[in-house]
Amino acid sequence: MTTEHLPEHPDFLWRNPDPKKSYDAVIVGGGGHGLATAYYLAKNHGMTNIAILEKGWLAGGNMARNTTIIRSNYLWDESAAIYEHALKLWEILPEELEYDFLFSQRGVMNLAHTLGDVRESVRRVGANKLNGVDAEWLDPQQVKELCPILNINDNIRYPVMGATYQPRAGIAKHDHVAWAFARKCDELGVDIIQNCEVTGFIKDGNRVTGVKTTRGTINTEKVGLCAAGHSSVLAEMAGFRLPIQSHPLQALVSELHEPVHPTVVMSNHVHVYVSQAHKGELVMGAGVDSYNGYGQRGSFHVIEHQMAAAVELFPIFARAHVLRTWGGIVDTTLDASPIVGTTPVENMFVNCGWGTGGFKGTPAAGLTFAHTIATGEPHKLNKPFALERFETGALIDEHGAAAVAH
Amino acid sequence: MLLIPCPNCGPRDETEFHYGGQAHVAYPENPAELTDREWAEYLFYRDNTKGAFAERWLHSTGCRQWFNMLRDTVTYDIQAVYPMGQLRPATGPTAPTVTSPVSPEGAVK
Repeated sequence: MTTEHLPEHPDFLWRNPDPKKSYDAVIVGGGGHGLATAYYLAKNHGMTNIAILEKGWLAGGNMARNTTIIRSNYLWDESAAIYEHALKLWEILPEELEYDFLFSQRGVMNLAHTLGDVRESVRRVGANKLNGVDAEWLDPQQVKELCPILNINDNIRYPVMGATYQPRAGIAKHDHVAWAFARKCDELGVDIIQNCEVTGFIKDGNRVTGVKTTRGTINTEKVGLCAAGHSSVLAEMAGFRLPIQSHPLQALVSELHEPVHPTVVMSNHVHVYVSQAHKGELVMGAGVDSYNGYGQRGSFHVIEHQMAAAVELFPIFARAHVLRTWGGIVDTTLDASPIVGTTPVENMFVNCGWGTGGFKGTPAAGLTFAHTIATGEPHKLNKPFALERFETGALIDEHGAAAVAH
Repeated sequence: MLLIPCPNCGPRDETEFHYGGQAHVAYPENPAELTDREWAEYLFYRDNTKGAFAERWLHSTGCRQWFNMLRDTVTYDIQAVYPMGQLRPATGPTAPTVTSPVSPEGAVK
């Protein structure tokens, strides 16, 4: 075949510039959080002489590997505030970014299977309502009405005793979210530099002044770290520690099916979460592999366990086939809350610790982290998520509190 | 799934074990004298090594004994297994090295 028969290449969404000698700020990590941070730095703070450095290709890490669930039904006030703000941004971003990234507010259900689950869930619904987060408690019959393929019989080991439901929650097309941010960043003048791995930092005393990369040295006033699973590696290069442990987190998809699953179902107790992507795959995930790992893969028994849970809850899935499984590296903290703020190194800032739930937080992480980088002070939404909380003891303990299947 | 060479029971599936995180983290000698920063380090900060990592495992459905393991966190290769209380072996051999089970007098002090 000759090229004359091929159609024109579609317009590229962003340039691929070579790195300049210096920038006002450099963001390390070209995933969702790095892109959102650069976008808000440019849009809200007028910082357009900035670069995003990505060691691989744009949005090829956890941004390509997550299960795309967006919700804000967290228990504690600090979490509800930041995640609800994220959800409100998700609601306006398709228009603002001029890109329909298929944000679908199909609702998220968090099932309760034990009396303890029921009490925790009802409490969380109350806490959510007080924080202005839409939430309701559903009995098993209402669960069945919303999601007819769910098995609510009491003939299984952990029958469904009810669920919390957040109607405004849902899913979005993760790749398109990254492309939407990338195109706007590029339009605003941000340099997105791929295949550019950070290998060290240049410091003047305790102040960062530059970044060493596989594509040369770049001088910069400020550095923002958005490297998720590799945050500890970068912090070590810069000379400080983070209370982060990196774990593999796996997910899987089935082959394509007719639309059968109208919402998103999460079960902390039998441990699986399931939605159906726009294309038709059933998308599933569960908890992290127990051991520390940077390998972007995990152990198969974790997949086996979540499929067993899925088939018990959704008998209709029994003849579906697993098409692919994969793993990402998630940066977990001991209180299951993120770290967004300053670091012991002057002019270096960190956004990490989002663990298993970073996708939903993308817009708020970007907004608050950009504010922190631009002004040197935290935004009111990320102030409680400072690194110092591990010293003061003001933890935001969302482990088991946030309807999260960690 | 990892195939873990338990020093007492031999190679067993990972599902028989529980993970115990970083090895060789000593309890502070003078807890009353620690600053908040030092307490934070002890409670919340652990190495998050990319590469050879010394960690603790418990053979919870086997001999129910704790032991240490040196494992590469990128390739997941198990490089050495050694008793609690023994110093971390030098990194090097990729083949698993199983040292003899711990004697009572060799236990953690």
